[in-house]
Amino acid sequence: MRQKPFDTERRRQGVLLALALLLPLCLLLGASGGAYPIAPLEIPRVLKEGLEGAAVLLNIRFPRVLLAAVVGGTLALTGAALQGLLRTPLVEPGLLGLGLGAAAGAVLWLAWFPLVPWGLPLAAALGVLGVLGLLLRLAAGEGAPAGVRLLLLGLLLSPILSALIGLVQFRVGDPQGRSLSFWTLGGLSGASWELLALTAPLALLSALALLGLGRALNALTLGEEEAYHLGVAVGALKRWGLFLIALGVGAAVAAAGNIAFVGLLVPWLLRALGGADHRFVLAGAWLLGASLTVLADLLARTLFAPAELPLGLLTTLLGGPLFLFLLVREGWRG
Amino acid sequence: MASWLEAEEVSFWRGGRWLLQGVSLKLSPGFWVLLGPNGAGKSSLLRLLSGEWRASRGEVRLEGRPIQSYPPAVLALKRAFLPQQRSLAFPYTAREVVALGRLPHQKGREHPLDRERIAWALAETGASHLADRPYLALSGGERTRVDLARILAQDTPILLLDEPTNHLDPRQQLEVLSLAQRLGQEGRLVLAALHDLSLAALFAQRLLLLKEGRLLAQGEPEEMLEPALLEEVYGVPFEVVAHRGRRLVLPRLSRPGWS
Repeated sequence: MRQKPFDTERRRQGVLLALALLLPLCLLLGASGGAYPIAPLEIPRVLKEGLEGAAVLLNIRFPRVLLAAVVGGTLALTGAALQGLLRTPLVEPGLLGLGLGAAAGAVLWLAWFPLVPWGLPLAAALGVLGVLGLLLRLAAGEGAPAGVRLLLLGLLLSPILSALIGLVQFRVGDPQGRSLSFWTLGGLSGASWELLALTAPLALLSALALLGLGRALNALTLGEEEAYHLGVAVGALKRWGLFLIALGVGAAVAAAGNIAFVGLLVPWLLRALGGADHRFVLAGAWLLGASLTVLADLLARTLFAPAELPLGLLTTLLGGPLFLFLLVREGWRG
Repeated sequence: MASWLEAEEVSFWRGGRWLLQGVSLKLSPGFWVLLGPNGAGKSSLLRLLSGEWRASRGEVRLEGRPIQSYPPAVLALKRAFLPQQRSLAFPYTAREVVALGRLPHQKGREHPLDRERIAWALAETGASHLADRPYLALSGGERTRVDLARILAQDTPILLLDEPTNHLDPRQQLEVLSLAQRLGQEGRLVLAALHDLSLAALFAQRLLLLKEGRLLAQGEPEEMLEPALLEEVYGVPFEVVAHRGRRLVLPRLSRPGWS
């Protein structure tokens, strides 16, 4: 019995280490696969000797896998943080309509400022904040558990937001030809160094700040009053946390549309692997979310090559059934 | 010297009525028990004294300063609070729940002292064997003991406990109350809301009697456990029986044959 806390601690460190090693492996695999396959171990030689694959790697593959990692890590981490802040394992940015809120913000920005791309992630973040504000206002009060209420409201808001995005796109063409299905199903086909440079700083900044909230989120697990008695300034924590989530989701969705269920699937997997301590779940979520999204994007590119599957289609097929299973097994708790 | 925790003419308005009216008290180290019928305002008073709620009128002061002037992180080093209703949103083990009590003391990683205090707290509440079980799989009484261990692990000079004997069997109730008594004797301030008058008489150093939001009386158990006073508080007649130097409080049954 004495050994147990150390065992859990060691186990968590082991999982995090394994995940940290998995990510470069996935990146390598992602960079090597595709319509023009390059063996992973050949990559250094191809680059050094400037063989014909070098241009593919440098201009297409590298920015794409890096963007996939940044987007996936951000979505998984914001999902885990959102679950902690709202005190329910049943939510993620996509299901609550936050992703579509981001898309609506982005589409509206494009309608007015089609040539100012740097505002896109910020407009998307504003869209997330708008939906969050609406959700929390509508979900306040007594009755069904908060998680169930939020989920229901998110599911109701989603078609409305989709319609709004469709309407704006109907009226205003997108210079880069992003369609409604890009925003709702997501994809990384637009990846480039420019897009990465636009996305990564905001996404990584939000991620780093969110990682610091683990201990406070642990206290919040006991309830808002208990967290206060443990010294957490709950109001400030929620405002700051939701703001960071909005920044992250905004950056990710502006770059890659809505890649659903990553934010739900990944935290759940981590809790199964190493328990629910947020310090572990948050850090692990970024690493695992990044790896899984790089792999999912590889599949999306290669399954029906040369055609490309929308990435969100794959993640929904993986995560959706799992969510259903969890919902039934957990008995609508939350 | 300013008293550890004091309330001056504290009133609290919520939901269209006064839950507390003009409560004044000064608490010093020791084991205090707050008595009164349901709805008398015991939980409200504890929440006001913890700083979670702000008095509508009057003021709660901690070490002479208004309690609202303390940031939550500082307050958490001075007082711990055990609420009546408790929940857990994620599947933590009992030990992880207790470890949350160390949060106010930690800046970075867990310190060996943290582990020591967690093990000590679990042992004090007889919950060591529960440490590795999932909290959500525990019974009501087991949860109460784990939550008490979390409060102990917080290691504060002031402990506010809202019905800490809920869901506990008689033996566990005795253990918890003698722990509270000991903590009081060791120089901490323990204030617990309780329902059992005889147990309160057995362990408490001072009793506070609350009725309909007003503090009716406070003092030593010998002075407080008077049938007339208790009848005024609870609205039922009581008998106080001395048995081997201890006071037992029994409800007096008005009609013979009821028992």
